Amino acid sequence: MIAHDEPRARPAAADLNWGLGHRRTLLSAALTVVAGAMTVAAMVPLLSVLAMLIYRGGQRLTPQLFLALPPAAGMEGGGVGNALVGTLLMVAIATALSVPFGVLAAVFLAEFGPETRLAGAVRFVAKVLSGLPSVLAGLFAYAAVVLATGTYSALAGGAALAVLMLPTVLLTAEQALKAVPRRMREAAVGMGCTPTQAVWHVVLPAALPGVLTGVMLAVARAAGETAPLLFTALFSDYWLTRNPMSPTPSLAVLIFDFSSSPFRNQVEVAWAASLVLVALVMLTNVAARTWAARSAPK
Amino acid sequence: MTRPDPTGTLARPPTRFDKWADRSFRGLAATSAALAVLLVVGIVAQIAGQAEPAVREYGVDFLTTSKWDPSGKKFGVLPQIAGTLYSSVLGVALGSLFGVTVAIVLTQDFLPPRLEAVAKGVVELLSAVPSVVYGLWGIFVVIPALRPLANAAHETFGALPIFGTRLSGPGLLPAAFVLAIMVLPTVTAISRDALAAVPGKLREAAFGLGATRWEAIVKVVLPTASRGIFGAIVLAFGRAVGETMALAMLLGNSNSFSWSLFAPGTTLATLMANQWPESGAVEKGALMYAGLVLLGITLLINSVGTLILRRTVRVEEAHQ
Repeated sequence: MIAHDEPRARPAAADLNWGLGHRRTLLSAALTVVAGAMTVAAMVPLLSVLAMLIYRGGQRLTPQLFLALPPAAGMEGGGVGNALVGTLLMVAIATALSVPFGVLAAVFLAEFGPETRLAGAVRFVAKVLSGLPSVLAGLFAYAAVVLATGTYSALAGGAALAVLMLPTVLLTAEQALKAVPRRMREAAVGMGCTPTQAVWHVVLPAALPGVLTGVMLAVARAAGETAPLLFTALFSDYWLTRNPMSPTPSLAVLIFDFSSSPFRNQVEVAWAASLVLVALVMLTNVAARTWAARSAPK
Repeated sequence: MTRPDPTGTLARPPTRFDKWADRSFRGLAATSAALAVLLVVGIVAQIAGQAEPAVREYGVDFLTTSKWDPSGKKFGVLPQIAGTLYSSVLGVALGSLFGVTVAIVLTQDFLPPRLEAVAKGVVELLSAVPSVVYGLWGIFVVIPALRPLANAAHETFGALPIFGTRLSGPGLLPAAFVLAIMVLPTVTAISRDALAAVPGKLREAAFGLGATRWEAIVKVVLPTASRGIFGAIVLAFGRAVGETMALAMLLGNSNSFSWSLFAPGTTLATLMANQWPESGAVEKGALMYAGLVLLGITLLINSVGTLILRRTVRVEEAHQ
């Protein structure tokens, strides 16, 4: 019996050899290495940007940076105080304009008329707006606000940024509202709530974390926008006055103006301004994402 | 209305005020939705309205001539249109190559889940850096780093048109490089969704037939997800066409078109950003016309991209 027990033919044995000696496995391993290297290479720019911001911008990170006005050509010292205030003011105006409007439209999309033709049109329009070049939002706000009021202003800058914030606010709010379980609405209606009361007392409170995440992502994007402000807010070397209808400085435009400056001091201030701007944007962005991940339905 | 409830529950029918409030609030929400649609109509109408005198004055010649001379009141955007397409194609090609590769690495079980989440976060943060900061970084890091390479390429292969000039400062190559970094998150995010939507069964079937990991990816997973990846690239192209600040800082405002990767160039968006501050009323009209051209190009590209992606979703839904 033992004599007959010779090793049986194993036709697949050669194909199951995954050693690197095989051309096919070697190619697969080589592609893995190339893809890994490309992925690491894709991360390098972010690290390089952050390292440069900390290295070149960090040197000027003193209280004076936040308290002083931008340095004139050839002057030493100076800061970005007025630009920081201007950026915060315009983002606040943009938030005030875009959030109520965007959330109400999202309520319509998610609650009152999800299948209507208007809802389909709004969703399409929101997608189109999210692909709108920011420079065109600037042209629009120039035509609609600057020409109408006769002056470059924080209001015009805020209006341009609001156009860019709207699609993010609207689409994330719609998703957040839709994620609220249907039975919660039914329970509210069963208690005698009108649809409006159900939205205000049940659905919106439940969806609030998601809605706010969208708002924060939109704020983070708006704070870094530069092109629309060139057409609407311009810049100013002085502190903001009580009159909002005058040219308003911003961190982004300051960085653009000083980036090509022949004066070393102004370039350093541009790096410091970039550090402040990126810190502002990234903190808002990371906070929004962490919050969204934590409050997501389990 | 305040009658004590005999059943002891909080439930009560809506009052007349509740019904009135309900109707008004629904009206308000519907009005907001309608205003969002009107906003886009308003954007097109405002830009077209401002551009109208220039459209009347320069007509189609605006698109086919290449002189931008505010004092002579002659305007043409042919170099800008060519430059917009050339820089976008270069930037999106480079960004897509890396973006799709990153998406593959992030979805095909190369990394442990924890590392996958970290890598995904890093790519998302790439899109959080403002464009003007990329411009500043490009001026002080990318241009000095590329200059020796570029000038060596010019000296060796100078006969080829794409290496036809030296990189003396701002130019097309650094601009396309930074553009690639800026579109990479878009490409990666949408392709990642497309790749993740490929049913695991397909990949397992390929493995069962003896395919190596990359044979399964190249021959099964990528073709299945190709439509979504194509949509991602089209949308990235839409973003690249409208990108303004980084290009305004890195492209060197030259008002002429050159095939050389190292020559300064121009795009529709950078033309607007660079010329606007010093422009008079006539030139502002011409810039509005340039904006209208850009609006047309981006609306076309984005509609195509959205339609492609919408159809992929439908096809996937039909399969499930």
